[in-house]
Amino acid sequence: MSVRIGVVVFPGSNCDTDAMHALALEGAEPVALWHESPDLHGVAGVILPGGFSYGDYLRAGALARFSPVMRSVADLAGRGGLVLGICNGFQVLAEAGLVPGALVRNRSLRFVCREVTLVPERLDSPFTVALGERRPLRMPVAHGEGCYVADDASLDAVERDGRVLFRYAHADGSPALDPADPANPNGSLHGIAGVANDAGNVAGLMPHPERAVEGILGSDDGRAIMASMVRSAHARAAAGGPVRVVGGRL
Amino acid sequence: MTAQRTPEPLHRRLGLTDDELDAIVARLGRAPNDLELAMFSVMWSEHCSYKSSRPLLRTLPIQGSDVLAGPGENAGIVRIGDGLAVAFKIESHNHPSAVEPYQGAATGVGGILRDIFTMGARPIAVLDALRFGDPADERTRHLVRGVVAGVGGYGNCVGVPTIGGELVFDPSYAENPLVNVMAIGIMPEDRITLASAPGPGNLAVLFGSTTGRDGIGGASVLASATFSDDDPSKRPSVQVGDPFAEKLLIEASLELVDRGLVAGLQDLGAAGITCAVSETADRAGTGIAVDLDAIPRREEGMLPFEVMISESQERMLAIVEPDRLAEVVEVCERWGAPATVIGCVTGDGDVAVVTGGLTVDGEPAPGAAVLARIPARALTSDAIVHERRAEPPARRRAAPAPGSAAEPDGDLPERGMDPGAVLLALVGGPNGASRRWVYEQYDRHVQTGTVADACGGAAVLRIRGTRRGLAATTDCAEGVSALDPYLGAAMSVAEATRNVAVTGARPLGVTNCLNYGDPTRPEAFWQLREGVRGLGDACRALGLPVTGGNVSLYNESPRGAIVPTPEIGVVGLLEDVEKRAAPAFRDAGDVIVLLGRPGPGLGGSRYAALAGADPEDGPPTLDLGREAAVQACIRAAIARGLVRSAQDVAAGGLATALAECAILGGIGARVEVAVEGAPAIELFGESPSRVVATCAPAALAGLLATAAEHGVPVERLGTVGGDRLVIALVGRGATGAAEERGARVADEVDLAVADLAHAWEHGLPRALGEDA
Repeated sequence: MSVRIGVVVFPGSNCDTDAMHALALEGAEPVALWHESPDLHGVAGVILPGGFSYGDYLRAGALARFSPVMRSVADLAGRGGLVLGICNGFQVLAEAGLVPGALVRNRSLRFVCREVTLVPERLDSPFTVALGERRPLRMPVAHGEGCYVADDASLDAVERDGRVLFRYAHADGSPALDPADPANPNGSLHGIAGVANDAGNVAGLMPHPERAVEGILGSDDGRAIMASMVRSAHARAAAGGPVRVVGGRL
Repeated sequence: MTAQRTPEPLHRRLGLTDDELDAIVARLGRAPNDLELAMFSVMWSEHCSYKSSRPLLRTLPIQGSDVLAGPGENAGIVRIGDGLAVAFKIESHNHPSAVEPYQGAATGVGGILRDIFTMGARPIAVLDALRFGDPADERTRHLVRGVVAGVGGYGNCVGVPTIGGELVFDPSYAENPLVNVMAIGIMPEDRITLASAPGPGNLAVLFGSTTGRDGIGGASVLASATFSDDDPSKRPSVQVGDPFAEKLLIEASLELVDRGLVAGLQDLGAAGITCAVSETADRAGTGIAVDLDAIPRREEGMLPFEVMISESQERMLAIVEPDRLAEVVEVCERWGAPATVIGCVTGDGDVAVVTGGLTVDGEPAPGAAVLARIPARALTSDAIVHERRAEPPARRRAAPAPGSAAEPDGDLPERGMDPGAVLLALVGGPNGASRRWVYEQYDRHVQTGTVADACGGAAVLRIRGTRRGLAATTDCAEGVSALDPYLGAAMSVAEATRNVAVTGARPLGVTNCLNYGDPTRPEAFWQLREGVRGLGDACRALGLPVTGGNVSLYNESPRGAIVPTPEIGVVGLLEDVEKRAAPAFRDAGDVIVLLGRPGPGLGGSRYAALAGADPEDGPPTLDLGREAAVQACIRAAIARGLVRSAQDVAAGGLATALAECAILGGIGARVEVAVEGAPAIELFGESPSRVVATCAPAALAGLLATAAEHGVPVERLGTVGGDRLVIALVGRGATGAAEERGARVADEVDLAVADLAHAWEHGLPRALGEDA
């Protein structure tokens, strides 16, 4: 039986159908979750997709976190359920305080859409287990506010606790730690492209794995990330619910 | 201070001539009141009425067995098989973008997207064709930054990928930049929704944003008059876009269409409610009574004429059967696009504006007042048509096109340059360099359909759930058009269709945006007339229907008119998207061939703009039969799996095409170019109907046979490989001229691909002062 994973549809979400397509490719059953309803329809995990939720008025992701569906998503996260925010979804998670740090305007002050290289920092997270090895992954970014920042203490904690999931990298896989490095598309501190919360079950990712799921699109490196989430959600569902964190505390 | 004069009569202040006022009186059988005059002024604007261009546009070929909707509808629609159809159209937003670049461009994207989903199609791509003045000029830079940010700001948010387009710099656009935006949508072919208002008793339902004072007179004041100097008073005529509202409007509209809840659908663009109600009524042969008081407003105290002609963005008009109203309102509210009944379809053929309420039949309620009553057709299909005077310029070039061996004009080098330096300058110049600085600001991948974006040649989309793909491009040969507007338009069609053909796709149809000067000036009107003639002749010769388009006139300032710019948009169909070609060289050892043969004429070329050419040198000639053969040939070769890469020869000529293939492929090549006459023509001439293709050595025989089958001359140029692009000039013309060039001049191009790539990558940001 395929695992059910929800994709939240905020007004202004525009990567929701792409995320559902990518989930279906990995054998999951995608379920569209309307922002006005707190009902998660019993899904085993949730993706907050990219887009411009509520027009990104005020601040990217700032309004979405107040929607009815987000209360339920926060509950699910609190119970150990898997939640992945991609691009605008990452911004929503950061605004909601479900992942550490914040996303501010790109260092270039311009929207940037290009293919980037990522390297995973951990292979034991629910969102990376299917990667198999630490190898560079290629997939697109497309955002105006994707520069990851946090105060020094938080950044230290994020690094110390191993909550960095992905960093921007050069083609050879060496991380682009410097905000001014051309391989770091937005000036993120420490080259951070993806982070997880303390428990490891909630993650935010600025690049778009759901846009790199078929060779014809230029890369299928995103499949392993989608597959990781599907596999992890499946394992949790089989174990009787979203409680145990695969791989323990990150 | 000028002395007080009698104020201009209202019709003139609204942009109507005395003749036009007479024509209005004739149609009404009485003098119009002020509200009616305001409604006429926007509907009879050049932008809405096509009053100067309509007789010309009637000459265009519009028939095609797969055409489901053609000119006159919001967008053209062509059947592509598998029960699917594609909708596409290009439109200008030039003048608003000159006044307020960000909002002008953003609302240009919003407007063309509405044209697509109004037809029931889901927008899947945007292309933007942009033209500006000197990139070194600070004002140009301001406009470029604003327009690019505006296109991106809207398209990125609304979730439609911007996959291609153009960016061209030419001094003639300095005061009058061009912002042409094309959109493409896809739909089941049985879901076409027409913008008509059938069935008296049906309700006119406005949904989306409220109506405000923004964009009053956008069509008449801005789009249909030349610019005097920067006039801040025109700024309120520019609309303000809200892509978030548009995204909701798309979803609401498509759900309404999907569920069969509407009898007609029309977007509100130029001339606002007046245009939407008169056009839908006229198409159905009905009338619409508008309940003015019911229209939701953004601000207090709006006058009736402001409400009726406001161009507030992100609004739609649905024609709804009364028993469907509750469902329509539910859908719209769920998507956050509130719906309001603002009128009723009537049988009398009139657009009536009523205050004080309507009965269910659309009659004024007791005590109500009719503020305006105009036959719908008088505002639209029976709008005035002007027979303008066309006159060619007094002085036209008379010299025969040079370029034969006897003509010295094309010899290299000019002014001590060697061909490698010319190539680097072309590849790294503002018009030749990579457009990355622009397209990286556009989300090109949302909807996960983009197979190839605008990095080189036409963009390619896959259609999920099928094997098919679409190729799309915009093109205009404005350099040639400046010299010969007929040839320029025909050349633009040839180039756009060739761009699509080199992906392997079959062009489905042509949409066009005709950017010209003031039609009351006989020379400008002659340019338009010649352009339309060239467009029509080219489309007929290539067997393509014109499926729609837009005319933008009055592109002038006190410092002159733009060069005639017939922007051509083409969408092509790939039966199997896996069988497509791209420009990038692939593998070392692949054989490079040239399909087609160069011809004389450097006029209008990038080389001429850079190095100078004899002012009497004409543009190259175009043989449309040969063009059709070359396109059919490369399509067949790709379909047979013979081709490793394909690129058309266009701006910058053969050497530039080879350089682009090498840069994109990250691999060099060694080729020999036989010089018959002048090296500049062989290397940098832009004569049409040529394609650079590569194939595996084993496929060469098949490729040559395919060329022979199509009667296309083919020449083996060389081989892919190494990290340098080497173009050796051989033959009579090369040796003869080389001796006169002096010691410092090479008779070959020999450049590291890395150096070409560096020039190409950095050229545009450097030209714009953006390179860090």
